[in-house]
Amino acid sequence: MQIPQTERKPLPLPGASVLSALVLLISTFFSSYSCAQESPYIVTYDHYLEEPGNLDVEYFSTFGTQRASGDFHAFWMEFEYGAKAWWTTEFYVDAQTTFHDSTLFTGFRWENRFRVLQREHFINPVIYVEYEQKNGADKILKEVEGHDVASDYADLNSLLSQEHDHELEFKLLLSKTFKGWNVAVNPLAGKNLSAGHPWEFGYAMGASHPLALRASPNRCNFCRENFIAGVEMYGGLGDAESFGLNVTSHYLAPALAWNLPSGWTLRLSPGFGLNDNSHGLVLRWGVSREFAGFGEAVRQFLGRL
Amino acid sequence: MRFSLRNCFQHLVAATLLTASSVGLLILPTSAALAKNSPKQQPDGLAQAKDDRSVYAEIAKAPENARSKRNPFENDADAVTAGRKLFEQHCAECHGNMAEGGKKGPSLREEEVQRASPGALFWVLTNGVVRRGMPVWSKLPEPQRWQIVSFLKSLRETEHVSSLNSQ
Repeated sequence: MQIPQTERKPLPLPGASVLSALVLLISTFFSSYSCAQESPYIVTYDHYLEEPGNLDVEYFSTFGTQRASGDFHAFWMEFEYGAKAWWTTEFYVDAQTTFHDSTLFTGFRWENRFRVLQREHFINPVIYVEYEQKNGADKILKEVEGHDVASDYADLNSLLSQEHDHELEFKLLLSKTFKGWNVAVNPLAGKNLSAGHPWEFGYAMGASHPLALRASPNRCNFCRENFIAGVEMYGGLGDAESFGLNVTSHYLAPALAWNLPSGWTLRLSPGFGLNDNSHGLVLRWGVSREFAGFGEAVRQFLGRL
Repeated sequence: MRFSLRNCFQHLVAATLLTASSVGLLILPTSAALAKNSPKQQPDGLAQAKDDRSVYAEIAKAPENARSKRNPFENDADAVTAGRKLFEQHCAECHGNMAEGGKKGPSLREEEVQRASPGALFWVLTNGVVRRGMPVWSKLPEPQRWQIVSFLKSLRETEHVSSLNSQ
């Protein structure tokens, strides 16, 4: 069905936005930072949580190819806060541009991760609970579940955005680090709270290793220990009514993270669709920075009001 | 609508700036407070963590086989330097720049830490003290954790030298 498309005007660029963006850049240079050892995964989670009181601000982009329609660029911001050493809470806002179509805001997510065991064990489980409120034009592919396939995204944004999803998602994050290798497996189950949708299932798994295990004595941006290389694989496993690999999409994505001593982390991950139901290429990149003592600063700021 | 690269770019820039502005507004009021509250400039917080000596009891919980592990970088000067670098990157935020203790973490110059075996310190670093706010650090490869232990152990010698100099 061809829907007549309304002419969309470019979003306004008020001076305040530009000013605030500059403020963001300036504040990042003058505030306290923390240098975390971030993994290269973009979809898979290991068992490491945000350090308590710290805020990690992340920006990610996904460029995806699309058969029978325009390619897309989906992007999102994450605000990841370490509430406790055993609890990390995270808020996302996401949007996308489909070439030959339009740009639109696609929704938000609120996720929480809870560490189950106090110490390190052979396998370290973390419980993941997420609430999503998004529309059908969401293309960030942060997880692939159920019978999600590339052709779902081929319609015009004006049509896709009419679908509104309220979804609960649960994951069991299992992860282990041994001799520098991290291996993580995340089975997931999601339920669209709108009426009549069955439980959907999916998976993500990854392995990563730093390029050097021993740190060099020099402070350097290009030291091998600052780079972590890995690979992740993720896809859908059908739903409660038709569990399995039939009509599902799957991806394999090498990934690289560069943890700079200045507190910034850069990530790059070209992902490749493994079957005809998948997007051919899903190229992702991201930049993040961790702010130490954010919670304490907010408490003090609010105390002064 | 015909595809226009300029239009597309404007959409992208607008969306990115709007998102960035929300982050800017979130961070602006706190950035000043963050700068003022670094461990170096706010010594009143030190007392909180330093007074709480019960945290050192965690070291004693290290099992015997962990305690008896030897540091593969013993007497390696490079490991101490690398350990100092790693400490500044990952630990100083809580334990202070000179390991003197901070708002969130105790001093690592105290007897309880300096007398502990390298294996016990490695065990605490690996497992964290999650219910008291210290995260697990097994995400750092084993050699890097041992380098941090080398640095911590070097603090005792540094203090010994500085006390001799002051005499």
